[in-house]
Amino acid sequence: MGSSNSSVNNIPNAQELMQETGFSAAHILRLHERFEFLDKHKCGQLRLVDRPTNQPQDFGAVQELALNPIGDSIISAFFSPGQETVDFASFVRILAHFRPTDRNQSRDGAQQEPANSSIRKLKFAFQMYDQDRDGKISRAELLQVLRAMLGIQVTEEQLQSIAERAIQEADLDRDDAISFDEFRKSLEKVDIDHKMSIRFLR
Amino acid sequence: VTHCSVWPWYRQITSLTSETEHGHGSVITGIPIVTFKWHHVETPYLVALWILVAGLGKLVIEANHHVTSVIPESALLICFGFILGGIIWGADKVQTFKLTPTVFFFYLLPQIILDAGYSMPNKLFFSNMGAILIYAVIGTCWNAASLGLSLWGCHKGGAMGDLDLGLLQYLLFGSLMAAVDPVAVIAVFEQVHVNEVLFIMVFGESLLNDGVTVVLFNVFDAFVSLGGDKIDAVEIIKGIISFFVVAFGGSLVGFVFGLLISLLTRCTKNIQIIEPGFVFVLGYLAYLTAEMLSLSAILSIVFCGMCCQKYINSNMDERSVTTVRYVMKVLANGSETIIFVFLGISAIDKEIWVWNTGFILLTLLFVLVYRFIGVFFLTWILNKFRLVPVELIDQVIMSYGGLRGAVAYGLAVMLDENKIKEKNLMVSTTLIVVYFTVILQGITMKPLVNWLKVKRAAVGELTLIEKVQDKVFDHMLVAIEDISGQIGHNYMRDKWNNFEEKWMTCILMKPSARKNRDYVFKVFHKLNLKDAMRYVTEGERRGSLEFVRNETAFIDFKKKFDDDFSEVMPDIMADTSDDYNPVPSVSLEMHEQTMNGMRPLEDVNSHHLLQQHLYKGRKQHRHRYSRSHFDVNKDENEVQEIFQRTMRTRLESFKSGKMGVAPLKHITKHLKKDQQQKVRASEFILLDNLHYNNNIRASASSFPMRVTYRAGAGIENPAFMPDLDPMAQVQIPPWLAEAEVDSSMVAPSQRAQLRLPWTPSNLRRLAPLRISAHSTDSFMLADAPAAQQRDNDQLPPPPPPPAPPHGDHM
Repeated sequence: MGSSNSSVNNIPNAQELMQETGFSAAHILRLHERFEFLDKHKCGQLRLVDRPTNQPQDFGAVQELALNPIGDSIISAFFSPGQETVDFASFVRILAHFRPTDRNQSRDGAQQEPANSSIRKLKFAFQMYDQDRDGKISRAELLQVLRAMLGIQVTEEQLQSIAERAIQEADLDRDDAISFDEFRKSLEKVDIDHKMSIRFLR
Repeated sequence: VTHCSVWPWYRQITSLTSETEHGHGSVITGIPIVTFKWHHVETPYLVALWILVAGLGKLVIEANHHVTSVIPESALLICFGFILGGIIWGADKVQTFKLTPTVFFFYLLPQIILDAGYSMPNKLFFSNMGAILIYAVIGTCWNAASLGLSLWGCHKGGAMGDLDLGLLQYLLFGSLMAAVDPVAVIAVFEQVHVNEVLFIMVFGESLLNDGVTVVLFNVFDAFVSLGGDKIDAVEIIKGIISFFVVAFGGSLVGFVFGLLISLLTRCTKNIQIIEPGFVFVLGYLAYLTAEMLSLSAILSIVFCGMCCQKYINSNMDERSVTTVRYVMKVLANGSETIIFVFLGISAIDKEIWVWNTGFILLTLLFVLVYRFIGVFFLTWILNKFRLVPVELIDQVIMSYGGLRGAVAYGLAVMLDENKIKEKNLMVSTTLIVVYFTVILQGITMKPLVNWLKVKRAAVGELTLIEKVQDKVFDHMLVAIEDISGQIGHNYMRDKWNNFEEKWMTCILMKPSARKNRDYVFKVFHKLNLKDAMRYVTEGERRGSLEFVRNETAFIDFKKKFDDDFSEVMPDIMADTSDDYNPVPSVSLEMHEQTMNGMRPLEDVNSHHLLQQHLYKGRKQHRHRYSRSHFDVNKDENEVQEIFQRTMRTRLESFKSGKMGVAPLKHITKHLKKDQQQKVRASEFILLDNLHYNNNIRASASSFPMRVTYRAGAGIENPAFMPDLDPMAQVQIPPWLAEAEVDSSMVAPSQRAQLRLPWTPSNLRRLAPLRISAHSTDSFMLADAPAAQQRDNDQLPPPPPPPAPPHGDHM
């Protein structure tokens, strides 16, 4: 991996990022190395798709993502709606969601909720489904995710009914879509901290 | 129950018939009409009697829930044992029944551990494997060493008076005392539903520490025999090596047997009736094999259960799976009961009691204190490496939950009194410690958990969203790990899953089972089954046939059955062995069923869901069904009988009606024909009873549509007989011919046929008289006319089912 940046100071906004996301300097350094590895064209940004061929570009370097049922959803979660590029800061911010929750956080009211809090994690999970970011998971969006998660032997009708059932169970205000609150409520028994944290290596 | 002395009053009775009592060798003076052959049946009789007594004790104890919610059942069973022991001792002046190591280790313990392994949530277990191993290995060694050394120190300091024990013997005592006992842990924790991570750590530790206990016990036992001088570095190194051999060897043996079971169940399609037996026999053999090779038997049987659970659940018929699950629970629970009762009884024995205040009190103190120290220290180290640290409160409960139990007692009794002069003291102390932990700590565990506000396990069923989301999380984490370029825990898990899917399932799972492995769909299917059962039970209980008759009725489920759901039939589909089930509480008790079913009532839309799709789901599994011949015939005959009877009565009433002919004679004729055909009678009748809409996919070719013809047989409509000559169509009775043959009504044929016998007006609706010989398949060809089948509206209310449901399915 390119070892041209051996110091965190070479990374723009490193200090800010560290404070905002809670990553340590070593983490930031490592993530930066990874970013540069993915950024084949060295333009400081990761691209979503390669315009001419419409293949996933930079993230395509991560081959395993193609084998992941929700790989594409994850990739698009990195990009803000409408954007086609993501810079290092955004890259780190997204990954910060997956840091283990800090137990004894003390933050003054002015500060934004940290990226790795349970609510933010849930919000990220919510965005997996809600691709168009309208705040609700519609039936179609749910179907899309379910389709990806289920094997091919499940027929279209079965898929519909599974989606139907899932919506019924979660949808409390009967608007045929799952809002973030309903989503949160249906997952309140799940220990999000455990389930959505990964270990970041130094 | 290894020996027994004949109770006094037996002697009098037996003397009356003593002539023939002992068979050969004695002289008979006349032909005995009846003899009392006690010795003939002595052993099995006593065994059965004891099992009965233990069961009755449990019955009495569980009668009052107020008591059992305060005092754990295990404690009450021990007290019951005290009482029984007292009675026996009073009668015999000697304790004739004891918990002997042989019986305990060979006949009572294996099934409990097998059940534990089989119901173990694998994913949770392996996620926390590191922590569990640390506690099991290092924690137990620490417990043993610290206890042994402290006691020896105190002995030297004179706190215990005059005891004939050397350092090695103290260490030996320490090693048998050190192990946290799985039976006690299950018994106490099952009533206190702590969060799953905490439970799995204590429980996993109690299982895995057997590897260490066995080694330590044997090593120190050997040391004691060798004597202090022969111990040098070589021996110690041998001891350490033996630990690895015993632990890994035991696990390997278990793993191999687990694979064997999986392979075996792959081929047992034709003997499904005894399929469950293999699981138990091979599990037990795993235990004995490890024991034979002086490896850790508990580790062996645990890994056997854990390894095979996934494959046998897929390979075996659903009923076999249910059988295995239930028999496991019965055996495990039964054994547990017997163990605790006998622990109580064994105490009432004058011979074993040696009281040394210092020794006993110090042991108690040290056991508790060192447990706390050990857990806190190890957790402190562990938290540096764990993703989500173990909380302080959890650590307290973990320490307090270090219960000693029957395993320690069994080991103590196994001591050789020639080598260890103070064996009785050790046995007494062990008993005291066991009683202290099980009774006192057991009683105080629940209040402590409540007082400390320990995070509890999630109660109740999971929604589909939760289960889907669970998988989504898994995939998400793998993706993030990939993106951030690190090989993490999830990456390894994913790799293992891929490997396992590619190779192991190929070898160990039936091809048919392999196709149906879709997790989310299985979850959906299970949820549907649960709903269906609940729905039917409620409906029947309410005596309301509305849901049966009236398909178009929008029954507000919620309004009707609102409060009474607690009485609904318990959910026997509760999947305690699902290895993907991390969130629900890890309760190994069979009474878990009572805890379930509180899910809020679904809207009736789900009723439609069920109608549409539940049956499809069952279809997928159909090819795995095979009934013993016994079942099929039974159902067929009964159903036929009942149907015939009803048909006769109904059709007789038509006789005088304008319909004219009551073709009774045709009934028998057609029915006879049916008998020759392969039928899945009960299944279909059940289908009728549930009155699902005919959205049935013709995926399985052997679908028993024949059965419908039984239903329609009374109408003698040969058009429905698949095997009959198409020319027979011309015999369609006049009233049937009147009805419109509308192809759009093709779908509801089955229902129409059923309806026919009941009311004359329905005869008209016999539209689905498919005149073609293939009509029978029509409702099977649901694929295309799927939309039409939702035309419930056009159908009149279906009549009550012709036969009582044979509840052997679902």
